[in-house]
Amino acid sequence: MGTEFDKEYYKKERKADWRDKLRKEIKSKDRTEGVRVHMPEADPNVRNKSNIEVNKGLTLEMAMSESSRCLDCAVPTCVSGCPVGTNIPKFVKYIEKGDILGAAKVLKENNSLPAICGRVCPQEIQCEIECVYVKKLSKEGSAIGYLERFAADYERESGNSSIPELAESNGIKMAVIGSGPAGLTVAGELAKFGYDVTVFEALHDLGGVLKYGIPEFRLPKKIVDFEINTIKQMGVKFITNFIVGKTATIEDLKEEGFKAFFIASGAGLPNFMNIPGENFNGIQSANEFLTRVNLMNGDDANFDTPVHTGKNVVIVGGGNTAMDSVRTAKRMGAERAIIVYRRSQEEMPARAEEIKHAIEEGIEFMNLTSPIEYFADENGMVNKMRAQKMQLGEPDASGRRRPEVIEGSEHDIDVDSVVIAVGVSPNPIIQQSMPELETTKWNTIKVDDNMMTSVPGLFAGGDIVRGGATVILAMGDGRDAAQGMHKYIQSTILAEV
Amino acid sequence: MFKIIEKEFLSENVARLSIEAPYIAKSRKAGNFIILRIDEKGERIPLTIADANTEKGTIYVIVQRVGVSSHKLCDMNVGDTILDVVGPLGTATHIANVGTVLCAGGGVGVAPLFPIVQAMKLAGNRVITVIAARTKELVILENEMREYSDELIIMTDDGSLGEKGLVTLGMEKVIQREKVNEAVVIGPAIMMKFAALTTKKYDIPTVASLNTIMVDGTGMCGACRVSVGGKTEFVCVSGPEFDAHQVNFDEMLSRLNAYKTKESSGYSDYLKSLKPVLN
Repeated sequence: MGTEFDKEYYKKERKADWRDKLRKEIKSKDRTEGVRVHMPEADPNVRNKSNIEVNKGLTLEMAMSESSRCLDCAVPTCVSGCPVGTNIPKFVKYIEKGDILGAAKVLKENNSLPAICGRVCPQEIQCEIECVYVKKLSKEGSAIGYLERFAADYERESGNSSIPELAESNGIKMAVIGSGPAGLTVAGELAKFGYDVTVFEALHDLGGVLKYGIPEFRLPKKIVDFEINTIKQMGVKFITNFIVGKTATIEDLKEEGFKAFFIASGAGLPNFMNIPGENFNGIQSANEFLTRVNLMNGDDANFDTPVHTGKNVVIVGGGNTAMDSVRTAKRMGAERAIIVYRRSQEEMPARAEEIKHAIEEGIEFMNLTSPIEYFADENGMVNKMRAQKMQLGEPDASGRRRPEVIEGSEHDIDVDSVVIAVGVSPNPIIQQSMPELETTKWNTIKVDDNMMTSVPGLFAGGDIVRGGATVILAMGDGRDAAQGMHKYIQSTILAEV
Repeated sequence: MFKIIEKEFLSENVARLSIEAPYIAKSRKAGNFIILRIDEKGERIPLTIADANTEKGTIYVIVQRVGVSSHKLCDMNVGDTILDVVGPLGTATHIANVGTVLCAGGGVGVAPLFPIVQAMKLAGNRVITVIAARTKELVILENEMREYSDELIIMTDDGSLGEKGLVTLGMEKVIQREKVNEAVVIGPAIMMKFAALTTKKYDIPTVASLNTIMVDGTGMCGACRVSVGGKTEFVCVSGPEFDAHQVNFDEMLSRLNAYKTKESSGYSDYLKSLKPVLN
């Protein structure tokens, strides 16, 4: 992971007078004696009954003190861990200086969605793991994620939100398909270059997985809406209820004057395990469960959409989506909300923070366990899961130890609701409508170094290219694609003028 | 916002609405459906596109009052707007000139059958249509079907219109009388199950259009999954039409009832809320 970064640029920036002065104010030795800030959290037994945000955010004092731990290294290795190349030391030092709005502005130079990244990025395996504290000093890394969130929240709450600088409008129409993290990033970046950008969204609400997938207690919807609104203020147009490939094809849109396209339709198709009884009622994909709650407000009796949950809810899987689902089930009143995962906690793909929060909230973990069959009552409603115990063998292709069945370990678990969170596959709609688009055997779209597909002028990024990854990797793709699209337009349309 | 341009009741609880949706009107094909959401608090419900007018930019849907959303929809009037309409969804019907096509529709399933009858006829097939309902008042689209069918057979449970008996009786009469190359069956799951069993006896390739529960309609949630030939398929992206002889209708019937308790209590609460409050 990580991007190439221009060391000279960061060196030059570091030499700014104010940075020099700030560095000298506190000795590095004293800086390293500081202890990493703890994120204030809502009480686990209160938050597991409501949708309030779990992480409360740092206070100004906490943020300024944490920012003074940062050594403003000559070679800021943290930046190499950021898929969008955020100028981390610069924004952190603005916080130390007390210019929080300045810090927020720096964040927006490379990132259209800082308040979102500050909440959902796995900083612990990206920028923070590259921090000198971790690499050289065997200490906890600078809390870059918390500080990012702090600066973005501070700016939003100040009412003095800045809009990134835009190049003069060139009137060239660009289409973005999907309003998730990849699509929003491309839209913002293209607007900065001066393009006339329209985002087409299939659902009735904007934000993609940020809205239907990630729950309110981890990423409040008003924050997503605020960031989208900033992109709207940059002149980007949004059209909901529009499925490119169905409502209109790419060819139709070309006729309407669109010159280049970015496909960010996501990895929407949920995987099932294809074991007996999986189609009984009460067994649903994490996508269905979370969409019914997050997008359709199914947990609120004032809304018409029903959602199934129960007293004994099992979630199958160990990723962030599994954690989001199990914690949602708990909040909806499950007495037992259980993770069933075939490897051990160590191999779980979920962020350490999400696992910690889940444990605090009373989530049960049945690790090294894998379902093999479901049973139902006379109405076809699931009432029992048959599972088997696993043990870890030799490492497999993913580098994680391969789970192996322990013979004779079958046992039954009483359940009245099951959520399957074992991954997703790419959405097939665009590929179905464009047979000429080259795909991989996993149905992801093939792209080159500029994020361009096999069809000239058609770019793609995010989960439709990667399979199922993270918000920040999708955003990194978005940044790269915007560059690629800009180059494409310059070498074709603008070259002809 | 999507405006309702026309509305009429085809029977007491079945309304036909035309909705302004120019893109969908232009791109829809027989077999496609839409998902709509009436208002901010509404659910997303799938409805087959029964017809379209590309000049006016409108699509037609036919809706039966069965729950909260369909009740609200039936109560909406010309000039009202629907908050969200998205489509056309699903894979279009495979239309080809195969010879003689037997089209069978039950209840409100006659609505999604109509565009297929129309397309099959325009493709040069001999089209024999059997439509069925409990009683005369519930028979819909009789004239439209007659216009595009070489022969129209109406079946009612009580014999108040056409012949007395179930849809399968009408189908079997045709099959015994002449060579049928392909059949299309659309209606309640239980009707499709028996219609499929009927054509299977005679080895007639048969397509059924499934009306499962959906949320997004784009393959995202999997609520619509059914077993077809032992394999799980998503109706919204791989369907709605499948080989009727391969569909596990018993599983589908059970899955249609997944939210029955919540839906019926929600509906009775809604109906109560409609009654004038006394004092």
